[in-house]
Amino acid sequence: MNFTHTKENATLTFTLTGELDHHGAAATRQAMDKLIRDEQPKKVVLDLQNVHFCDSSGLGLLMGRYKTALSVSAVLTVKDPSAAVMRIMRLAGLDKLIKTERSA
Amino acid sequence: MTVVKEKNKTALESFTVTLAAKSSNEGFARAIAAAFAARLDPTVEELADIKTAVSEAVTNCVVHAYKNSRGKGDIRIKGSVYADGTVVFEIKDRGCGMEDVEKCLQPLYTGDPEGERSGMGFTVMESFCDKLKVRSSPGKGTTVVLTKKIGGGI
Repeated sequence: MNFTHTKENATLTFTLTGELDHHGAAATRQAMDKLIRDEQPKKVVLDLQNVHFCDSSGLGLLMGRYKTALSVSAVLTVKDPSAAVMRIMRLAGLDKLIKTERSA
Repeated sequence: MTVVKEKNKTALESFTVTLAAKSSNEGFARAIAAAFAARLDPTVEELADIKTAVSEAVTNCVVHAYKNSRGKGDIRIKGSVYADGTVVFEIKDRGCGMEDVEKCLQPLYTGDPEGERSGMGFTVMESFCDKLKVRSSPGKGTTVVLTKKIGGGI
C-alpha cells in the first residue's frame, strides 16, 4: 500500500492506494504517525477512494491512526470508502467511531 | 487431480498450494482464492467475502503461527469446489497453535497486543462465510476451514 499526503490549513489528508492488509499496514503506519505528529493538524482525513480491499488488519491501521490523531487532539475521518470497506467497518462498529465524508 | 471427500460429498475440483508465512504472500493468497472461486460465478460481494476471509486466516498464520521459530514456516492452502456451489478453503500451519481456541475466537481478543491488531480476524471469517471450523493443537499447529455457498453455481 502507498500513500501521498497534503496539508491545507489545519487539515492533513492522506490519500491511500492499494490494499489495506497486514502487509500494507506494517509498511506505512509509522510514516503516517510521524507526519501526524510533525504536522500537528486539527483534522486528519484518510482518503480511501483508491482502496479496493480492507481486512481486519486494515481496520487496525485505521484504528491506530485514529488513536494517533487523538493524541495530537485531531479529529480523524475517512473519505469515500468503497462499499466493501464500509461493510467491514460496520462489522467492527468502526463506522460509529470514525465519521465518513463523501465527495460531492 | 486429487479427489477430496468431505462428508459424503466429492469435490469437483481442488488444489493445494504451499506458501511461506510471509506478509508479502497475503495478497497472493487472496488472488489464488479468488481465482479458484471464480469458477462458481460468484457475485462481486461473494468474491470480496472470500478474499477477505482467506486473508484473515493467512494473516493469522503470518502474525502468530511461527512467532516461536523466528517467523519461518509454511502455510498450506487447500481449496475445493462442490456440485452444490460450495467452496471450501482449508488454511493450515504447523506453528505454535492456540491453547484456548474459544478465547481466541472472541471478538476483539488478540494474541498480539503490541502489533496494532484489531482482534477481529475470526469474527470477519465467521461473518463472511457460511461455516468456520478451527482445529488447533499447541506446539503442533492450526487448521482453519472456511465454507461458503456461492449463489451463482457452476
